[in-house]
Amino acid sequence: MQEMMIAKARELLKSGAVQRVLGWKAGEFAYDVEPAVFESAQELEKSFVYNDFCGSNLSKYLIAQSRKEGKTLVFLKPCDTYSFSQLLAEHRIVRENVYAIGIPCQGKTDGETLKGKGFTGILSAQCEGDTFTVHTLYGDKTAARADVLPERCLNCKSKKHMIYDELLGEDGEVLDSHRFDMVEKLEKMTPDERFAFWRGELSRCIRCNACRNVCPACTCEKCVFDNDASGIAQKAAADSFEENMFHIIRAFHVAGRCTDCGECSRVCPQNIPLHLLNRKFIKDINELYGAYQAGEDPDAKSPLTDYTMNDAEPGIVYHRGGNQ
Amino acid sequence: MQNEMTTFKPKIVAFCCNWCSYAGADLAGTNRLTYPADVKIIRVPCSCRVNPMFILRAFQRGADGVIICGCHPGDCHYTTGNYYARRRMTLLFSMLDFLGIEKERTRVEWVSAAEGAKFAATMNDFVATVTKLGENKRLEDLRCKK
Amino acid sequence: MKQLSLEKLNDLFALIGQTEALYLPVDDAAGQAAYRRWQPGYTLSKALNTVRSAKDFFFPQTENLVDFKMQGKSIEVIDPRTEQENFVLFGVRACDARSFSILDKVFLADPVDTYYQSRREHGTIVTLACTRPEETCFCTVFGIDPAEPAGDVSCWIEENTLFMKANTPKGDALLTLAAPLLSEGGDDAVAAQQAATRSVLARLPLAKLSLDGMGGESMLKLFDSDKWAELSQACIGCGTCTFVCPTCQCYDIKDFNTGDGVRRFRCWDSCMYSDFTRMAHGNPRLTQRERFRQRFMHKLVYFPANNHGEYGCVGCGRCLSKCPVSMNIVKVAKALEGEVK
Repeated sequence: MQEMMIAKARELLKSGAVQRVLGWKAGEFAYDVEPAVFESAQELEKSFVYNDFCGSNLSKYLIAQSRKEGKTLVFLKPCDTYSFSQLLAEHRIVRENVYAIGIPCQGKTDGETLKGKGFTGILSAQCEGDTFTVHTLYGDKTAARADVLPERCLNCKSKKHMIYDELLGEDGEVLDSHRFDMVEKLEKMTPDERFAFWRGELSRCIRCNACRNVCPACTCEKCVFDNDASGIAQKAAADSFEENMFHIIRAFHVAGRCTDCGECSRVCPQNIPLHLLNRKFIKDINELYGAYQAGEDPDAKSPLTDYTMNDAEPGIVYHRGGNQ
Repeated sequence: MQNEMTTFKPKIVAFCCNWCSYAGADLAGTNRLTYPADVKIIRVPCSCRVNPMFILRAFQRGADGVIICGCHPGDCHYTTGNYYARRRMTLLFSMLDFLGIEKERTRVEWVSAAEGAKFAATMNDFVATVTKLGENKRLEDLRCKK
Repeated sequence: MKQLSLEKLNDLFALIGQTEALYLPVDDAAGQAAYRRWQPGYTLSKALNTVRSAKDFFFPQTENLVDFKMQGKSIEVIDPRTEQENFVLFGVRACDARSFSILDKVFLADPVDTYYQSRREHGTIVTLACTRPEETCFCTVFGIDPAEPAGDVSCWIEENTLFMKANTPKGDALLTLAAPLLSEGGDDAVAAQQAATRSVLARLPLAKLSLDGMGGESMLKLFDSDKWAELSQACIGCGTCTFVCPTCQCYDIKDFNTGDGVRRFRCWDSCMYSDFTRMAHGNPRLTQRERFRQRFMHKLVYFPANNHGEYGCVGCGRCLSKCPVSMNIVKVAKALEGEVK
């Protein structure tokens, strides 16, 4: 696939159809692949990669890249196309400046996930078929692909591309996933247990803002938490209240627009399962206002900018789900 | 402890829409209906003006309960504002519950300009509910405690 | 050299914990190591290092500086500092131990930061030698020997024994306190472990990282380098690298309105943030390119220029594993290498 992508990118660059290529660049190690812009065939040959570590969602970079002169070629995995489509619906990307190529994805792992599974001192890692072989400073080890995939890929919602100009490889299907299982599990707990769970998670937050900055739905030019005039600007959570407030507002602000790409949890240095907050909103929206997947249908109205006369009253929260 | 419970007076913030609920509160006043003085009313143009941040900040600043009052669905002065507010507040309250924060501390009630009695009854009921829950501990900001 | 059977490690923690606050790395809910105050039942994490660095104990993320209480027309100014208790930091790695000397150069230089100074005076640092460095480690580039860590007390864990050596009067005092549990010996075991560790260190992929030419003499050349645009392109402007970094020391001072007064506190700032060093006239670094450049120029050029060639990095590798887009100081140093030749 990588060879096909490089060949395609070279061809489009050469013909002048695109001026730059947004893809992934090899790093120091096997896993530290970084999003990058390539402007020549030499750059592509030198460092363009597409492998099992290309997890980062490139769609948000298009906000800036599509405002540059000329066209940008971008490679989008199925879940990235949901974000791309949603950003288009919100008029954040200049569509005519983007040439989107859909590429298949078998799930992406990352260095942190491998390390969490006990692979330390990683020198290189290859995947053949369904087996990862990791060479480490302390010997070689293997693992099944499914064992080293992060939660978001194990519960992949779709292998189907929502929008593209061209497809490399075959398109997949929307999948039945178990992505709401953990939300359900939490709902079944008592409020005290839930409170303890979230305090345990959110108290680790270091307010690095990585979850916000990486999020393709977080595209405000000036975030309310960075704006001194807002009265709630925070550079650090000086009180546990501020930890709660930041994460409630972050999730609320993307409710109905979050495509559940899972980048927030991927980038969290403290491994806080932030996607659960987003999924709670998605699940509630599905249950209360009808099934809705952000990024799927560009013409659909987002549930929070829509209503029906017979919507449930807020009081429904006192009675539904959850342990009383 | 017992003594503390009996003397606990919750602080309540009530966001009232200008056109219906604020007028309803006014009517409750002119009709000399009583409700606890610990309810602090903040007038907003429409219930949909209430940003989730307002609710969280009220808790931060020491509120023990927050209630949003607006026109009855269908009667919004701006036609549809309260329909949007209804969805937002439902999702927000559900999220607070998901985080283990007592859901009874937040409420939405539709009160028209003619419903002075309903306004007073709603406030009495809400204050009683929050009094039972006690002080807000889960969404408090210790820096704001006296 | 003193030694103690690992079976008695908890006894040691209990003994220290009786008289002083003891902090050590334990595994958190997500399976990563974090410093926690010791209590019975806690076990020392086996992770190579904590996600957050040990600088938190001397330079916490948020810290109250002063409180103002308003009553009528009078303002009362309150120093919120209480008597700092003595504490012991156990299990600090060699890289973090070096970071304290870098922070000292900032906070203990005139005018002395008394908040930091007080914490430094009350803290005893017990370091733990590394035996399984990872690919992201490059402390040896800065002349740090993770097999012989600095600190008030240095420790080694080999098989079922903990070996301890005091390096300072504070360290002597701690070992005197622990004396009932300790016995003499262990030099050979430690030397053998060090030899094994050093053979791994030589094989680390970043062991040969070159910082030749960095520092004050090439300041303008590096500052004007056109590499910065490319390097900063993927940066999302979050503060992860700065907040996990053991040597980042920039902070902001903020006022919080408590309702009946003002709490003035300081909190870590990040040069990656759009409002970093924003002043009345605006922001001197308008794009991410300049903000990104600031971070690496500070560590590789400005800091050594002002501190006799010492870099503002200890090679702990945290930014290498934590950056959301996998950009880090090693990639920057390698990219800039060609610029200064």
